[in-house]
Amino acid sequence: MSSDRDAIFSSIRKALEPIKNPAPMPEWDTELVISRPSGEFASLKDQFENKLKFASARFMDSVDALGEFLKAEGVTIGYCDPALAGRFAGLEGVEIETEYDEAKIDVYGFGITRATAGIAESGTIMLRDQDTSARLAALAPWIHVAVIDEKDIVATIPDAIERFGDDPSIIFCTGPSKTADVEGILIEGVHGPGIQVALVI
Amino acid sequence: MKSLQKIDIAARDLSEEVHDANFIGAKMKSERRYAALERDYADPDKLRETAGLIKQHTLENLDTYLEKAEAALQRNGAKVHFAVDDERAKQVVLDIMNEHGCKSMVKSKSMLTEEIHLLDFLEKNGKEVVETDLGEFILQIDHDHPSHIVTPIVHKNRRGIAKSFEREGLGDYNDDPETITRRARKFLRQKYLDADVGLTGANFVSAESGRIALVTNEGNARFCMAANKVHIAIVGIEKLVPSDRELGVFLNLIGRSGTGQQLTVYNQFIGGPKSAGQPHGPEHMHVIFVDNRRSEVLASDCREILRCIRCGACLNVCPVYRQSGGHAYRSVYPGPVGAVLSPLLAGNRFPELADLPKASSLCGACNEVCPVNIPIPDLLLRLRDKAKREKAGDAMKGTPDLTMWAVLCSQPTMWKTALKMGHTMNYIPTEMIPHPSAMSWQSQRKLPKFEGGKFRKWFKNHKSN
Ligand code: SF4
Repeated sequence: MSSDRDAIFSSIRKALEPIKNPAPMPEWDTELVISRPSGEFASLKDQFENKLKFASARFMDSVDALGEFLKAEGVTIGYCDPALAGRFAGLEGVEIETEYDEAKIDVYGFGITRATAGIAESGTIMLRDQDTSARLAALAPWIHVAVIDEKDIVATIPDAIERFGDDPSIIFCTGPSKTADVEGILIEGVHGPGIQVALVI
Repeated sequence: MKSLQKIDIAARDLSEEVHDANFIGAKMKSERRYAALERDYADPDKLRETAGLIKQHTLENLDTYLEKAEAALQRNGAKVHFAVDDERAKQVVLDIMNEHGCKSMVKSKSMLTEEIHLLDFLEKNGKEVVETDLGEFILQIDHDHPSHIVTPIVHKNRRGIAKSFEREGLGDYNDDPETITRRARKFLRQKYLDADVGLTGANFVSAESGRIALVTNEGNARFCMAANKVHIAIVGIEKLVPSDRELGVFLNLIGRSGTGQQLTVYNQFIGGPKSAGQPHGPEHMHVIFVDNRRSEVLASDCREILRCIRCGACLNVCPVYRQSGGHAYRSVYPGPVGAVLSPLLAGNRFPELADLPKASSLCGACNEVCPVNIPIPDLLLRLRDKAKREKAGDAMKGTPDLTMWAVLCSQPTMWKTALKMGHTMNYIPTEMIPHPSAMSWQSQRKLPKFEGGKFRKWFKNHKSN
């Protein structure tokens, strides 16, 4: 293996040797990558809501709204991050488990986990592994509810990247899981959630 | 009368159905790309050019960045491997599986695994491998190959897919795309839960943090890192970017360029094994950096092609790809990027693919849409030159002898005389000129009336003013 390493480095160095002035790293301003907002918004929360809908995700800002929604969807059982469960204890007609049981992967109709941040620019939900109580809960159920503290909504993608910290697995979710593989027809809910909810509190 | 090149034959023999699927799919994605970039950026070209410069800089300092990435990954608790070629890469994957006692693998989309034929190899060695990207899964059950680097089954339609699902016992014939997707969801869900190892590629690797960025829409790469205990990422050495900050540039470009999405649905940044408190996900992460002739490309005068982020925009916009489809390129990478990359990665099999750089009118559309601003037409010309110098037989096929023309062009006096005599062309039936080059060229076009030959005289008289 180390011989492969040596061989690769030596052929890279040989390839680069004749390049007397390697291309310098361009200076670029963060502004360059920030996309033009789609309108004027009173707050980051408003912009986040607008972009979230654009990405076909659902925006909610009260536990009651979530309750109504789950009822309308006919879901009765799901998982919730134990640290958040207190907030949802009053939800009627839904059973909430706080220990993820892999055998129930197809039983859970929803999963509620904490989001580390929301990105207003793109309507993206950012999940850090250290903040996610169970990876499967954010991925396997048909409905994933990401709970975001309003003050964790950041303006731009570069702002979110700055919050990576030392986490080993960060995910940006922009809308529900989807495919257009079959004749370019958009279908939501391929392997991951068919409905992505952001609950801003 | 015209002898056709292989790609012409493939385009000619394509069924109307497949042609239309390719053409419409490509056109749609091109239009979405344009709309998304124009909507969101005042100056999308500035963004493309910057991205190109960042990649070029990284490539021209690749040894430094690769070392950095290796160190960062090791710091994060991942194991780093290197593989010089396809054989070694496959062996490393197999060794890792054996080391952890793994029998079954779920994998997400990776062009590199297509390039090295990983699936066949693992299956021959008694491992079960399941492709989890919907398109790739359909290709796997059909023993077919991708025809596009982003939308791999763009050449297929729902009826064919429904038949394949029926054949594989995934349900009665049903060609509703939603039903197809749900059936795959159910089938693959069990595979994720049963698999011991998840394999992914990488769209970018941040040298500073070691983070691997994965860009998907379906969520299958997430699932390849949820129920299993081992994660293998197989990565071409050209995938590096200097730091996490640059990811902002590339993520904003890749979705918009490929499918017209502001961002693809899932962008994952994986730096190492799962965090301590996390109940799910891999405890072991292995990263395999694969060369497989990339360092040869780096040494060539076509090294810019290594900037490619595999967005597929150049395929979608290319008039040749739109007519011929991806399989016509007879290699893993189709379209304009493939016409450059495939012959280069073929090594001493270069002559077999040396005709591909000629499958272009050099219209330049590929360069205009490329998110890393690769001068593809220039690279195609360099490869045509290489083919000519190396007398690659296939490349010359269908090309009439142009020696006379070449001599004329390289002798200024002869050229001047010829131009002066150009008017005689207007009085002879040019289609009758019995030279193969003239006949071939005119088999599909008409020579316009010659009205030139006066410029030099005019220029001479206007020189001082
Ligand atoms: S060459 Fe450019 S346009 Fe083509 S796939 Fe690569 S990055 Fe995209």
